[in-house]
Amino acid sequence: MDDFLAARSQMAMSLGFHIIFSCVGMVMPFLMAFSHYKYLTTKDEVYKGLTKAWSKGVAILFATGAVSGTMLSFELGLLWPKFMEHAGPIFGMPFSLEGTAFFIEAIAIGFFLYGWEKFNKWFHWFCGVVVGVSGLASGILVVAANAWMNSPAGFDYIDGKYLNIDPIKAMFNEAWFPQAFHMTVAAFAATGFAVAGIHALMILKKRNVNFHTKAFRISAGFAIIGALLAPISGDVAAKSVAVRQPIKLAAMEAHFETEKGASFVIGGVPDEENEQIKYAIKVPKVLSFLAWGDFDAEVKGLKDFPKDHWPPVAVVHYAFQIMIFFGSVMMLIGLIYLIATFWKKEWLTKNWYLKMFVAAIPFGYIALEAGWTVTEVGRQPWIIYGIMKTIDAVTPMPGIQYSFYFFTLIFISLSLIIIFLLLRQLKMVPKLYDPTDPNYNPKNKK
Amino acid sequence: MIYVVIAFLWVSICLYVITGGADFGAGIIELFSKKSYRNQTKKIMSKSIAPIWEANHMWLIIAVVILFVGFPTIYTTVSTYLHIPLVLMLIGIIARGTAFTFRNYDAVEDNWQKLYAQIFFYSSLLTPFFLGIIAAATISGSIDTEAKDFLSLYIFSWLNPFGVCVGFFTVSLCAYLASLFSLHEARFSDALPIMKKKARETAIYVVVTGILVFVSAHYSDIPLLKWIFSKALGIIAITLATISLLFTNEAIKKGHFLLVRIYGGFQIIMILVAATYQHNPNIILFANGGHLSLFDESAAPKTIEALGWALLLGSIFILPFLFYLLMSFGNQSRKDPE
Repeated sequence: MDDFLAARSQMAMSLGFHIIFSCVGMVMPFLMAFSHYKYLTTKDEVYKGLTKAWSKGVAILFATGAVSGTMLSFELGLLWPKFMEHAGPIFGMPFSLEGTAFFIEAIAIGFFLYGWEKFNKWFHWFCGVVVGVSGLASGILVVAANAWMNSPAGFDYIDGKYLNIDPIKAMFNEAWFPQAFHMTVAAFAATGFAVAGIHALMILKKRNVNFHTKAFRISAGFAIIGALLAPISGDVAAKSVAVRQPIKLAAMEAHFETEKGASFVIGGVPDEENEQIKYAIKVPKVLSFLAWGDFDAEVKGLKDFPKDHWPPVAVVHYAFQIMIFFGSVMMLIGLIYLIATFWKKEWLTKNWYLKMFVAAIPFGYIALEAGWTVTEVGRQPWIIYGIMKTIDAVTPMPGIQYSFYFFTLIFISLSLIIIFLLLRQLKMVPKLYDPTDPNYNPKNKK
Repeated sequence: MIYVVIAFLWVSICLYVITGGADFGAGIIELFSKKSYRNQTKKIMSKSIAPIWEANHMWLIIAVVILFVGFPTIYTTVSTYLHIPLVLMLIGIIARGTAFTFRNYDAVEDNWQKLYAQIFFYSSLLTPFFLGIIAAATISGSIDTEAKDFLSLYIFSWLNPFGVCVGFFTVSLCAYLASLFSLHEARFSDALPIMKKKARETAIYVVVTGILVFVSAHYSDIPLLKWIFSKALGIIAITLATISLLFTNEAIKKGHFLLVRIYGGFQIIMILVAATYQHNPNIILFANGGHLSLFDESAAPKTIEALGWALLLGSIFILPFLFYLLMSFGNQSRKDPE
């Protein structure tokens, strides 16, 4: 493994894990605050237990999100010093604001976790909401920084120099809104489905059914809103990519020839060498419509660009297909949920209905990772689109592969421990969190 | 605006060393506590840091962000030549932060707790050690950008006697701070005499490792004495730190533990003033005599402007909140000594 590949792999892996931790950290506080609100308005102790149970999850995942985020802020320099030297002052604005948001989140978490029965109850509740809002804000700000890499703005690039820097313009680059919108919605869908699935599983196993049903209803509600908004935000994102990064769009669809009324490609095996796609289902004219809102619009093909500017077509194409597939499945589940809630109430008690949610536990995260693969790999070979190549940004230090192996080990063990911890929280629901359970006795702990 | 940004950078580093340092120190103290009263120490330590430790950690992030937005060349130089100690420090931060959380929020208490505790202890030791090494490397002129071989470029830039001694000194400082800070938390508990003893012991370590730093500087031809004592501010800072050491002792005897906390923080600030003022605004010295200065290496004026406003705005939001957090939990332990 050469150093460049090692650096890219390490970055990809760190981001891949951080995205999961931080998405949960962004969305779970809202679930927690919602349940807390239900407790405050209904006085139902089960909601209080649920709030506490979820808040432990928030604490665990916030801490991992925070350390993996800290790590990323160092890794940017450790792995891509040439990039940071030029990009830091330009796209740093969202990071400095993110610092504030993140700080507020950390303080609010302190208030929330240690503030039971110590503060005015609505102030305490509000702290939980602040955790969610500031978490969301920091997510959006970080995505805005990433969007700048796809859509560089706020400076003039003249003779290899970065002049007339305007950090505000850089932050509000053209890609920030579509990316941030899509990311936020996806985070809600992914986390909502993961949490709902876990509680559905518990209901299926007939454990603390009342407790888990309440948890399921709240989390599924959030999941479904996310799943139904995702296609809309995806469309906004795709249209923005079509304008700014036509080559990425072409790679997503393995679209080799420039044509009018381009068809939307489903599946298939891209053959980069012979510049064609095999065994694909083609839906005529739909790609033109999705990209430009016009069935006869022209969509540029990969052949229109120099081959050394192509991203790895197969990776981007497959990742895009995976995202679309799981996104559609989640949307479908969302529709079934709506039908069940409003018209076919008898579905709600059926096992197949719960099993469907159990199966969907990983869907959102698979789609999320695939989506990020499209965004990041689709930008290659550029680190700053059209300005700086990734290979020119890598650190001169040799031996990065060892660092890659080492961090892989760290991330895998972290993830395993977190899964283990969350399972333990789940196992302790009867004792610690569900006041209606005969074994309930939170004093046993400590 | 550049002064605002530099001030924020300096303050964040100070606060990280103080609050983060007390955090690390908590782990170190627990590690070196006898088994018989380790549990008691743990309770006191986790009570004093649990509600705020997430926030303590943020100062480092703020400092890193200020560096890469405002002073990109300095950030990239440090991350290139000090790659290895930075990675080691990072590993410490990751292991410590997560182990601390796991220990506090794990729903079951069993043998796993021991594992978290071990990870927590050793990473509490590792992180400040490398933080000290990194700090030493930036000002001791050991970074040699003209070297050709791997060892000189990426290893000897930080692995040298002076760096190691500063590392030990930082570790002792953290332990000292933690023991001072914990006195307030321990004031109603039986552990108070133990913690007082800890405070005396760690003070001795600070002095011993401090002397080691000067000795190693002497043998590595680093004119540390001259740096610190050639400017009036350096002399004043060191003198004040020494005097406040005596006051600290007095306050411990009289049981004014909040004052002890203030003195502890003050001493750290004075040490940092003495250590950083001499080279200001140069924060990295190279082997060839060159340096990187905060003024010469700052980003474009518009960036500094925006960064300064972001920091000012941020602190308006953060500081009252943070202050309230510290106050609420400070009062809390008074009402509820258990």
